Amino acid sequence: MTLNRRDFLKISGAGAAVTLTGCATQAASRGRPHVVVVGAGFGGATCAKYLRQWDPNIDVTLIEPNDKFVSCPISNWVIGGLRTMDDITHGYDRLPRHGIKMVKDTVVAIDPAKRFVKTRSGVSIGYDRLVLAPGIEILTDTVKGFNEAETAGKVVHAWKAGPQTALLRKQLEAMPDGGTFVMSVPAAPYRCPPGPYERACMVANYFKQAKPKSKIILLDGNPDIVSKKPLFTDAWNTFYPGMIDYRPNNAPLAVDSGTMTVTTEFDAVKGDVLNVVPKQRAGELCALAGARNDSAGNWCMVNFLTFESTTVPNVHVIGDSVLSSLPKSGHMATNHAKICAAAIVELLAGRQPDPIPVVANTCYSATSSTTSGYVANVYRYEAGKGYVSAPEGGATPKGDELNFKYNDSWARNIWAEVLS
Amino acid sequence: MYKMTTLAIAGFVGLALSGFAGAADIHTKSIASTCMSCHGPGGKSLGAVPSLAGLDKDYFVKSMKEFKAGTRAASIMKRHANGYTDAEFEAMGAYFAGLK
Repeated sequence: MTLNRRDFLKISGAGAAVTLTGCATQAASRGRPHVVVVGAGFGGATCAKYLRQWDPNIDVTLIEPNDKFVSCPISNWVIGGLRTMDDITHGYDRLPRHGIKMVKDTVVAIDPAKRFVKTRSGVSIGYDRLVLAPGIEILTDTVKGFNEAETAGKVVHAWKAGPQTALLRKQLEAMPDGGTFVMSVPAAPYRCPPGPYERACMVANYFKQAKPKSKIILLDGNPDIVSKKPLFTDAWNTFYPGMIDYRPNNAPLAVDSGTMTVTTEFDAVKGDVLNVVPKQRAGELCALAGARNDSAGNWCMVNFLTFESTTVPNVHVIGDSVLSSLPKSGHMATNHAKICAAAIVELLAGRQPDPIPVVANTCYSATSSTTSGYVANVYRYEAGKGYVSAPEGGATPKGDELNFKYNDSWARNIWAEVLS
Repeated sequence: MYKMTTLAIAGFVGLALSGFAGAADIHTKSIASTCMSCHGPGGKSLGAVPSLAGLDKDYFVKSMKEFKAGTRAASIMKRHANGYTDAEFEAMGAYFAGLK
């Protein structure tokens, strides 16, 4: 384990050469370690905040291209009309109070040997340790015709909350009563395992109220409902009988926005609104660092005590990009972030990280405008095994009103935890 | 490396059992911090989920043990309580009691 602190390389506006030479004197005189976090979503923002909270002697720079944080959790509620885009959109203005230096930019290159990142605007930023939290990259090329349909604004995935969330809501509002909503779910692993089924519930809830003759066809690339099956099955049967046509083993091959058809291996399905969610992999940032290192080059393998890449020293990866048995959820990303931050504090101080980290996942899904259910698990690290699920975790078989209140409270608390 | 890990684990268990009064160890800080994702930053909730900051330690430990045993009715907390040891309940209880 290398614990020696490299010179802290201060941000320079004049490119890599200047950064690596011109500012070294200043860095050496300060002798403060510098951690750069890229991506201010659930994982990245949390990691930056906890690094500062747990060791104020660490300088933390958080690089994020977007002005605002738009939450994927609760975005299905926007699609269903329960909440607005404003409700899930939050500013980053409170993070600098922790002493985090926010940089609005996009990282375009990473040099793990010389330990610096380069941004689109030409700034090079040196680091002692780098944390990558890019979320997912959506493989739109894997569904023929998707790119054209997406560019034309006809078909969206809405699997990253933002403009596509709002557009999908508009498409559903414009759809006539008696229309068909077709949603396509990719084969696992993908972001937010219960997300597709919650989305079906939210759209069904909207149809039931506003367009009761309408139908939903759910084309699942998996052999069965991936998460919270009893919860969703109960909701579909109880609240929306006959409305949701669930078809397993139906991964999409192509989409045609002219004829509004999704083609799978077995079916060609027409709809009035098509919502195709392609396969995913770790964000492009991870590839820039050489950290998208599983055998297929899709996900990132990390040391689970530190979330440091197994192949790229001093580069940590947290959140959805990580290859593990842990669910790809925003909640889980915040807990990756905390284990990672705690480990970095220890490593930079020349100490050992916690040898027995514990992470927990809590994930609520709404099944109607007044009911939700959850899945919760605690995962304890065991040497040689990774994170092992503790006994008796699991999901509620039925949604209820109390859990809807907790679902709403969970969202407000985790947004505050990440951003304030 | 294996020896080092074993020693470190022994150290953590020792700390957890002794009930440190001062600054929390890294394991306690980490596991306590994961609770904040639902219970709010600094253990102060903004909604229906209860706050943890300033909670009486004995009440916290008793509640978690009862959740784990299934003797106290719970929505989600039995699922969580099952994942932690009694020593961790004690350590987290002391940590939350100390939050203002």
